[in-house]
Amino acid sequence: MSIHGLSIFTWTQAKLYLREPIATFFTIFFAPLFLVLFGLIYGNEPSDILGGRGSMDVTVPAYLGIIIVTVGLIGLPIQTSVNRELGILRRYRVTPLRPLTYIIADVTAYWAMALAGMVLLVVVGKLVYDVRFEGNILNVLAGFTLGILAFLAIGFVIASLAPSARVAQTLGMVLSYPMMFLCGATIPFELLPSSVQRIADFLPLTYVVKLMRGLWVGEPWSDLWLEVAVLTGILVICGVISARFFRWE
Amino acid sequence: MTEPVIAVESLEKSYGSVRAVDAISFEVAEGEIFGVVGPNGAGKTTTIECLEGLRRPDGGHVRVLGLDPRQDRFAVTERIGAQLQECALPARLRVGEALRLFASFYSRPLEPKPILEGLGLADRTNVPFADLSGGQKQRLSIALALVGDPRLVFFDELTSGLDPQARHATWDLVRDVRAKGKTVFLTTHYMEEAERLCDRVMIIDAGRIVALDAPAALIRALGAEQRVAFGADGIGDDVVGTLRAITGVERVERSGERVAVYGQSDRLLTPILEVLQEAHLSFHDLQTEQPNLEDVFLTLTGREMRD
Repeated sequence: MSIHGLSIFTWTQAKLYLREPIATFFTIFFAPLFLVLFGLIYGNEPSDILGGRGSMDVTVPAYLGIIIVTVGLIGLPIQTSVNRELGILRRYRVTPLRPLTYIIADVTAYWAMALAGMVLLVVVGKLVYDVRFEGNILNVLAGFTLGILAFLAIGFVIASLAPSARVAQTLGMVLSYPMMFLCGATIPFELLPSSVQRIADFLPLTYVVKLMRGLWVGEPWSDLWLEVAVLTGILVICGVISARFFRWE
Repeated sequence: MTEPVIAVESLEKSYGSVRAVDAISFEVAEGEIFGVVGPNGAGKTTTIECLEGLRRPDGGHVRVLGLDPRQDRFAVTERIGAQLQECALPARLRVGEALRLFASFYSRPLEPKPILEGLGLADRTNVPFADLSGGQKQRLSIALALVGDPRLVFFDELTSGLDPQARHATWDLVRDVRAKGKTVFLTTHYMEEAERLCDRVMIIDAGRIVALDAPAALIRALGAEQRVAFGADGIGDDVVGTLRAITGVERVERSGERVAVYGQSDRLLTPILEVLQEAHLSFHDLQTEQPNLEDVFLTLTGREMRD
């Protein structure tokens, strides 16, 4: 594996992603747009139920979960299984391209796309609603990276097990949309009934949202060990499953 | 004797209860254009995919450039180029990007630009794959097969779906590949393509080798007749007798002014024309019929190629 080869493949994957208008919209523009719409409804006045923070202060880190789930569970499985259905992955198999190069380049490209979505969301939040940020940028970046890696690993499992692109797409959406609403990504946990919160404990996105909200307000990693452990566990288990079951054709 | 580029011994591959390839053995020498022909489902693609390392044979030995295509996958893929049947690229990937991407896979790639120029794609570098014509897509797949500077190139049904003009142009491109010193292994279900393009052809049917030789040798071995037919105004028995005396002529049939000359030789036409000229006879509606690979297939299998 050469750095040159890795960078060309990563850059190519990123360019191809940006040329898909729908993927680009949902990864980069959807969350900021949602933020502006909900901001118009709720505003960002401090509220007791949110611990003295405004609705937007809480929503910006939670929406990072929307970006992560969209890229990991919808973007990656669709793109990967379409490339398999078209015989593109098979074509790579008769070249010396190493599978590891392919996976690192693919993951890096998706991570970069998600990061672009994150940057735009934060910039819009800052400019339009002057959201409060009480954490450390590097910690937020690290937490975001762990979240996206865990969800890309789930995405690879979907892409590995789904028999067709159509099934992968359906599976990704069926898993994503309920999670967006049940895991505090769109509606803050504080506003959800306790029964829903108990369901949310079993859904992976909950741990992304809790981790991002915690890091956003400057909670130390030691208070977030459960979230980190769950996401690391998902990353490892799904990584092993997809390494075992990934199909090139 | 130098080592063969491809050596296959008793290759076997089944899908369920269907024997796609049934104990076939052959060798391909350096610098050959070697073609596998046969009807759909004969086992052509299975054979080529076992050589490319895409499929694991059930039995037998396969050596490509002296290596095992599956165990030595990366050493083999470094030295071969392949065009796959029904293979697409990402719709929005541009021609130039595709070449640079594939070049990055190999340790000693060629410059993309001259390859694109040689294939008439130099003005298409910024065109997305989805916007290319069928012939351009096919030429791009040739370019991608060549960019790693391979010793051996595989083409699987390279010209299927192309119109006759594009097909003939593609033959010239394949000959160019060989002229650069590379060995070409191709599959086709066009008998004419195999006959015109390949140094040697392996005809397979239902997973077995039916015949393997140079196309001309296969046709000669058939012992089939060549037929030359024409109309000649006022032709008489004396001229028919002279025609019958030509070396290689076996019989002459005449009905009215229509004459048909049959024989084994593939050099009947010139002496026939000389006889007619000497007799000051004008002729019209000249037709010649020679046996071709289709006839070889028909004779050996008892079936038409396309059924």
